[in-house]
Amino acid sequence: MAKRIDVKDLDIYYGDFKAVEGVSLTVEPRSVTAFIGPSGCGKSTVLRTLNRMHEVIPGGRVDGTVALDDQDLYAPSMDPVAVRRTVGMVFQRPNPFPTMSIRDNVAAGLKLNGVKNKKQLDEVVEKSLKGANLWNEVKDRLDKPGAGLSGGQQQRLCIARAIAVDPQVLLMDEPCSALDPISTLAIEDLINELKSKYTVVIVTHNMQQAARVSDQTAFFNLKATGQPGRLVEVDDTQKIFSNPTEKATEDYISGRFG
Amino acid sequence: MSTLSTLDESALPTTAPSDDFGGKSSARAVKDQVARVVMWAAFLVALIPLVWILGSAVFKGGQMLLDLTWWTHSQNGITSRREGGGAVHAIQGTLIQAGVTALISVPIGVLTAIYLVEYGRGRLAKTVSFMVDILTGIPSIVAALFVYAVWVTTFGFQRLPIAVCLALTMLMIPTVVRSTEEMLKLVPNELREASYALGVPKWKTIMKIVIPTSFSGIVTGVLLGLARVMGETAPLIILGPYTAVIATNLFDGLMPTLPTMIFQSYGESVQPSVDRVWGASLTLILLVFLLNIAGRFISRFSKVRN
Ligand SMILES: Nc1ncnc2c1ncn2[C@@H]1O[C@H](COP(=O)(O)OP(=O)(O)OP(=O)(O)O)[C@@H](O)[C@H]1O
Ligand SMILES: [Mg+2]
Repeated sequence: MAKRIDVKDLDIYYGDFKAVEGVSLTVEPRSVTAFIGPSGCGKSTVLRTLNRMHEVIPGGRVDGTVALDDQDLYAPSMDPVAVRRTVGMVFQRPNPFPTMSIRDNVAAGLKLNGVKNKKQLDEVVEKSLKGANLWNEVKDRLDKPGAGLSGGQQQRLCIARAIAVDPQVLLMDEPCSALDPISTLAIEDLINELKSKYTVVIVTHNMQQAARVSDQTAFFNLKATGQPGRLVEVDDTQKIFSNPTEKATEDYISGRFG
Repeated sequence: MSTLSTLDESALPTTAPSDDFGGKSSARAVKDQVARVVMWAAFLVALIPLVWILGSAVFKGGQMLLDLTWWTHSQNGITSRREGGGAVHAIQGTLIQAGVTALISVPIGVLTAIYLVEYGRGRLAKTVSFMVDILTGIPSIVAALFVYAVWVTTFGFQRLPIAVCLALTMLMIPTVVRSTEEMLKLVPNELREASYALGVPKWKTIMKIVIPTSFSGIVTGVLLGLARVMGETAPLIILGPYTAVIATNLFDGLMPTLPTMIFQSYGESVQPSVDRVWGASLTLILLVFLLNIAGRFISRFSKVRN
């Protein structure tokens, strides 16, 4: 089920602008990796190359390889649409489809890809909502619009929607940044559970969160102002937060950083 | 610090500060009042022609519409000096031509807008967008003359109702493109990305996410464009002269419409015709009004709300 991600010498561009340079890292299956670093250093950009969402932006392109269990995602024969079915994504701001009910939101990925069997869809909806810890809150109003839920519920709905297509990797870009502490805790618990089935990569600005949920932490930083971002250090979360190799990492996590 | 203490001490003598503030705010109040009066005046001036037109149409044409024959009979065999007959031939013609025009314009316009918003990059998109701008600016009489030149002069065909529809199509396409474009741009990019991230291909994302999200807006735009096209007269005068009988064939003979009925009756300055002018005018206003209401109704009761 869960797959291993191997990134090697990845350069990422927006048109002529090189946003990120020379990233190499490995994410083990069934683990949580956190991306931390100052704003604008390219965390989201790197994350979006892991399911080929980067190239949706006009001018977006990459150099280097991203492999999923030895399968190069950027090989010419690879279909980006198929890649995105394998590598799911949850965005910073909850974005349920406004025209759809809660049920249809969760089933959207399957429905839009041609699954019609009502029984199968209902099963997936229930399983995914349970997986996202939302089932009990919404089971009596599955036909109400998804946009009518609270922000935290919407974000869990988006997680349910992402896991409904049964991906092998789940990418999350600051999934809690728009949420209150209680919803944040709910989602962190959820990430802990998801870890048993999926490979999870999460971007966060919250050090405690990175320390709480992740097994491995990657620290990104800009080389200098105006220069591309780069991966400074990636290691076990424990090591990064107790005894990092690089001075820049230590400065950043201890808050001594401009 | 010092201001605080002075405030404390001088809190009791009320005259000084209140005079001070009162002076300033009364100057502001005067300006506010002047601006308010000017705006109301402008609003009322703008309202005068509207109320006047509506008033005349209802006052002078209302009687005609209350007669059931207005909705059931044509003017077949009724001379301009005689009363009686109805407008059903013209109403039918207007609805048929508007419907056919919409049938041609809406797919072309909506698809063009989808191309421009979802796919258009670079030179081709810029050119298309520029052409739509030019089309928007074409006066209806010029569109009519163009179709006349091609249809009658070059190909040697008869003047037919379908030719009218083609001229109206030229006028409707740009409005449909522009309004649909606006609606598609309103759909947040996050929804497209959410759909892509589920492994949904782009075309399906457009069909199942983007269009449904902006559907009510697109329909409203189409209806408003249609309302405008219904009142167009220049193409009708040039390509679709009036006839007093019911005609439903787009490819043969003439088809009467409300604008040409108005134009025709207006030329005959006897009382029964004058009544028909106002009756047909009011009917046209009502049709356009109904379309507007329908547009607003659809947009209000859409599922999407921000
Ligand atoms: N659509 C885009 N077009 C051009 N440049 C972009 C685009 N998105 C991001 N960038 C640039 O790429 C660099 C990295 O941006 P990115 O969004 O990955 O940063 P981030 O680490 O996620 O920051 P934050 O923590 O604020 O989300 C920045 O210099 C940014 O200006
Ligand atoms: Mg980001």
